[in-house]
Amino acid sequence: MAILLTRESRVIVQGMTGNQGRFHTGQMQAYGTNVVGGTSPGKGGQRIDGIPVFDTVSAAVKATGADASIVFVPAPFAKDAAFEAMENGIKLLVMIPEHIPVQDAMAIVTRARDLGVVVIGPNTFGIISPGEKTKMGIMPNHIYQSGPIGVVARSGTLSYEIAFSLTNAGLGQTTVVGMGGDPVVGQNFVSVLEEFKHDAATKAIVMVGEIGGSAEEEAAEHIKRLGKPVVAYLAGRAAPPGKRMGHAGAIIERGRGTLESKEKALTAAGATVVTMPWQVAEAVKKLV
Amino acid sequence: MKQYEYLAKQILASYGIPIPPGRVVDTPEDAEAAVREIGPAALKAQVLVGGRGKAGGIRFAQNAEEAKTLTKAMMGMDLKGYTVERLYAEGKLEIEQEIYISVTTDGNTKAPLIMASRAGGVEIEEVDDREIVRRHIDPRVGVEPYFGRELAAALGLEGTLFKEFSDLVVKLYRIYRDKDAELVEINPLAVVKGHLVAADARLNIDDSAMYRHPEIQRVDEGSVLEKKVQEIGLAYVELDGDIAVMANGAGMAMATLDAIQFFGGRPANFLDAGGGASVEPTAQALGVLVSMDPKVIFVNIFGGITRCDDVARAILQVKEGVGIPVPLVVRLVGTNEAEGVRLLAERGIAAYSEMAEAAEQAVKLAGEGR
Repeated sequence: MAILLTRESRVIVQGMTGNQGRFHTGQMQAYGTNVVGGTSPGKGGQRIDGIPVFDTVSAAVKATGADASIVFVPAPFAKDAAFEAMENGIKLLVMIPEHIPVQDAMAIVTRARDLGVVVIGPNTFGIISPGEKTKMGIMPNHIYQSGPIGVVARSGTLSYEIAFSLTNAGLGQTTVVGMGGDPVVGQNFVSVLEEFKHDAATKAIVMVGEIGGSAEEEAAEHIKRLGKPVVAYLAGRAAPPGKRMGHAGAIIERGRGTLESKEKALTAAGATVVTMPWQVAEAVKKLV
Repeated sequence: MKQYEYLAKQILASYGIPIPPGRVVDTPEDAEAAVREIGPAALKAQVLVGGRGKAGGIRFAQNAEEAKTLTKAMMGMDLKGYTVERLYAEGKLEIEQEIYISVTTDGNTKAPLIMASRAGGVEIEEVDDREIVRRHIDPRVGVEPYFGRELAAALGLEGTLFKEFSDLVVKLYRIYRDKDAELVEINPLAVVKGHLVAADARLNIDDSAMYRHPEIQRVDEGSVLEKKVQEIGLAYVELDGDIAVMANGAGMAMATLDAIQFFGGRPANFLDAGGGASVEPTAQALGVLVSMDPKVIFVNIFGGITRCDDVARAILQVKEGVGIPVPLVVRLVGTNEAEGVRLLAERGIAAYSEMAEAAEQAVKLAGEGR
């Protein structure tokens, strides 16, 4: 079992003929992802590693029945690619590129809500469901293993660190979700926790957060009603104060966003909060 | 990218938002001439830090002579780590009331957020929540004039101010949209002789959107070293410790600082070598760390897209080029780990695989720790 991404997902790759797109298409196939096609305007009709390339998402969907797409196009073209996917019936959209303008991300996420599309990212490593042997993303294949732990993270490399430590401790994962590091992303801790709540195979959840914003505080409210144990690790204990956005940031956050505020909220909600990444696996072991 | 006040005000003015008469000055003689022309003026340091008034970055000149003297004193002064290189001489205002207004992006609701208060001014962050009006904007709908009227009504404005404020809300949102702003803020939005005028302004442009705004001036921020690393395309922040740090990924870099502090050490910097930096930029970044003259250099890599053998090659390139005269601690796991570890071992560098062990060793070599 897994959340959001399963073996049934039929995946296309937007921007498949670029360096990144081509490399990661191979990696995804090697992992077991059902990649049914790709797009690259002007290159329709070609095949890459046996996978058909289409000029448009419309043609790709028609020919393959794809319902999920992973986007590798350069940031200035990402909004166009996302809308093309959504308007053509794609229901799971993974946005890999970083440096997508925030207003573009906002437009994508707003449209996604209207259409019931799940957006992962932007600026994410993607999503992987080891139990289903499928992934949409750029994470290294070998560090995951199937098991009962759900992982949701804001940042990529740090989540690799933690997923690998879980794997080494014999704690496999149902699904690992990278929400993305940008100010506006499709998912938040609450939406992903809600998915894990309804996944019978997920017995415990690891949250990897960091300073800034108030996503962790909001998640805390949700954890109280989750009915599954949560271990949280938040990075940024020693980090310099984040860039302040005039007074507006301070007024929005009102004391939220600091590590103390987040850890306090999570602890009060019943989560186990650890202070260093290498303490996560041990804390999870105690709970399952 | 933050904009200086005078640049922000130029943009406000181009959208028809009233600003006080003002001029950029960078010599005492300039200031003298400016005040002769616009009368008694505020001399405002153009630096990208908040709270500049409280730190002595805003002074008032009654006449041209005074402007000259004050400018002499202010130019080159240090304001919270920033050197004052130019001032903005702006006609002194008889302010009757101070209003706060901003448009920003709320990451939680994923929508633009407009905030306003009649308790504007320097103490806005301390103002009671109930005195701040917050309205989210549906980006599909935007801000039509009625939205401005409703906001003006919510603030209890009347007559001329009601009309001027409603109108300003529409313009401010247009700036936010047109310029890809992360933040556009007027504080205070002053009431002078019964009319609104933007007495101070902030405008931060989304860095990711700068490519589509050739009309917006590029503003340099940060120290010389910070700019140097940013030119390589990596994220870097100076700290005041003595263990230089390089990690890949922002979260990982933060966790690395945390680990150093956990064992009692003090990190000298934050350096995110990126999710997939190749040999050359990694070597350049490492070169910057060497030039900082730290006690220890700690490289913490979990290779995903980043390949461990590339990192190893970068380390060896620097070691055999400019040299690494201080102890080096390397933690290397992930993609192409075996090759990376072997390359380093050939040249006598033993890589760690556990982050905790490596961090503890770095702290120990710096002569710190518990």
